[in-house]
Amino acid sequence: MSFLKKSPWLIHYDGSSCNGCDIEVLACLTPVYDIERFGIINTGNPKHADIFLITGSINHQNEPIVKNIYNQMPNPKVVVAVGICATSGGIFAECYNVKGGVDKVIPVDVYVPGCAARPESIIDGVVKALGVLEEKYKNIKKKDHH
Amino acid sequence: MGEKIVVPFGPQHPVLPEPIHLDLVLEDEKVVDAIPSIGYIHRGLELLTTKKEFTEYVYVAERICGICSFIHGQGYCEAIEKIMNIEVPRKALFLRTIWGEFSRIHSHLLWLGLAADAFGFENLFMQTWRIRELILDIMEETTGGRVIFGSCKIGGVRKDVDREMLSKMFKILNNIMEDLRETTDVFINDYSVKHRLVGVGVLSKELAYSLGAVGPMARASGIAIDMRKQGYAAYGELDFAPITDESGDCYGRCVVRIKEIFQSIDIIKQAISKVPDGAIDVKVTGTPSGEAFVRFEQPRGEVVYYVKANGTKFLDRFRARTPTFANIPPMVSILKGADFADVPSIILTIDPCISCTER
Repeated sequence: MSFLKKSPWLIHYDGSSCNGCDIEVLACLTPVYDIERFGIINTGNPKHADIFLITGSINHQNEPIVKNIYNQMPNPKVVVAVGICATSGGIFAECYNVKGGVDKVIPVDVYVPGCAARPESIIDGVVKALGVLEEKYKNIKKKDHH
Repeated sequence: MGEKIVVPFGPQHPVLPEPIHLDLVLEDEKVVDAIPSIGYIHRGLELLTTKKEFTEYVYVAERICGICSFIHGQGYCEAIEKIMNIEVPRKALFLRTIWGEFSRIHSHLLWLGLAADAFGFENLFMQTWRIRELILDIMEETTGGRVIFGSCKIGGVRKDVDREMLSKMFKILNNIMEDLRETTDVFINDYSVKHRLVGVGVLSKELAYSLGAVGPMARASGIAIDMRKQGYAAYGELDFAPITDESGDCYGRCVVRIKEIFQSIDIIKQAISKVPDGAIDVKVTGTPSGEAFVRFEQPRGEVVYYVKANGTKFLDRFRARTPTFANIPPMVSILKGADFADVPSIILTIDPCISCTER
């Protein structure tokens, strides 16, 4: 990832997280961490978003919503699973209502570790996602060419 | 009189950091009914008591919610300590009080930021969260975590705080006062903020009482309830009074929380000056048998923990009645008759914590 052709926007959805990762995602937007310096802003509209940040695991009630948001996002799109719950279910993996990580329902590109994930690692994950986004963009262009 | 239409609000909505769904029944621009449906964050963590040992469960209790995490852990520990008749060292009680109040400050600042974002004041959101980071730095330095701390355990606390660090806390709190005053003055005095909040979502004292509102929501309607006045942890030795407001509107709830930030700073300062020396934990042996109720004051209001133990390592039952759950009926009642444009402010001013509510 050398440079970006456009400013990628992200959408954040709280699966069934305890709020810990959730507020750390918001902390990334604020002056101390300031993710906006990469041209990234948090949008509420899936149709404007390139990156889907999801915190917390999948349960029966939020599964259709996560799929719905994912399907509304235009291609190319990248999914970042933030925190251990979004990765595998974490401490709640054994709960009866927890199905597991986000990758059970939608494809995940980047996994961010931590409970709660620290803002530094979330930013690291998003920057990695930018590289994946670039890659996917190139692949789409190649397909169009042939 | 227009036709009735239903506007879905959530679960994914820009003002909501967490998912809750409301069906708003509108007549023109007026909300005539609001039907909440919850369950998007339900994990079923209360049943984890059958899979995790009671000493391990402290970590699960902390993760009921990442904003009020410390007090959830503390509440669970104190319930077990009550059952097992454990005498917790005084220093541990003071440290718990200090950390609990720091969590309250961080939670209220977080809420002020989200509220500012909800009524469209982006700059104010950034400023309050900038101050919040200074509080989180103290938490990180003393406990090791920013939002989930893991510093409370059955029988005491896990980490000691020395005199040097305590005086550093004192200094930092003094330093942020001016900054804090400058930022919170905007919430209290700014014309456009007042325009959005004054007279919106009024909850009368009678209604607040009969619908069982708790915390700042009840206090802003003139009911002086504060569980800290029971004197758990070290609160019995500290001097403070519940902060109330008579207006019962969104502005009143905002003012109550701002005053509580300053009150918390004062409580921490008092506690720092009274922290005794000595041990920070006692050894816990055996398994609990019996049951206990514990009532604590969260940043969002009264929380009730119930623990039933059967003499084995695994508890029979753990139950938490969280403040947001108690505040949903009052919220629904004040949504009725509100303008559609005020819905985000009203929902935000109850300070909803959905992951607490649904566990």
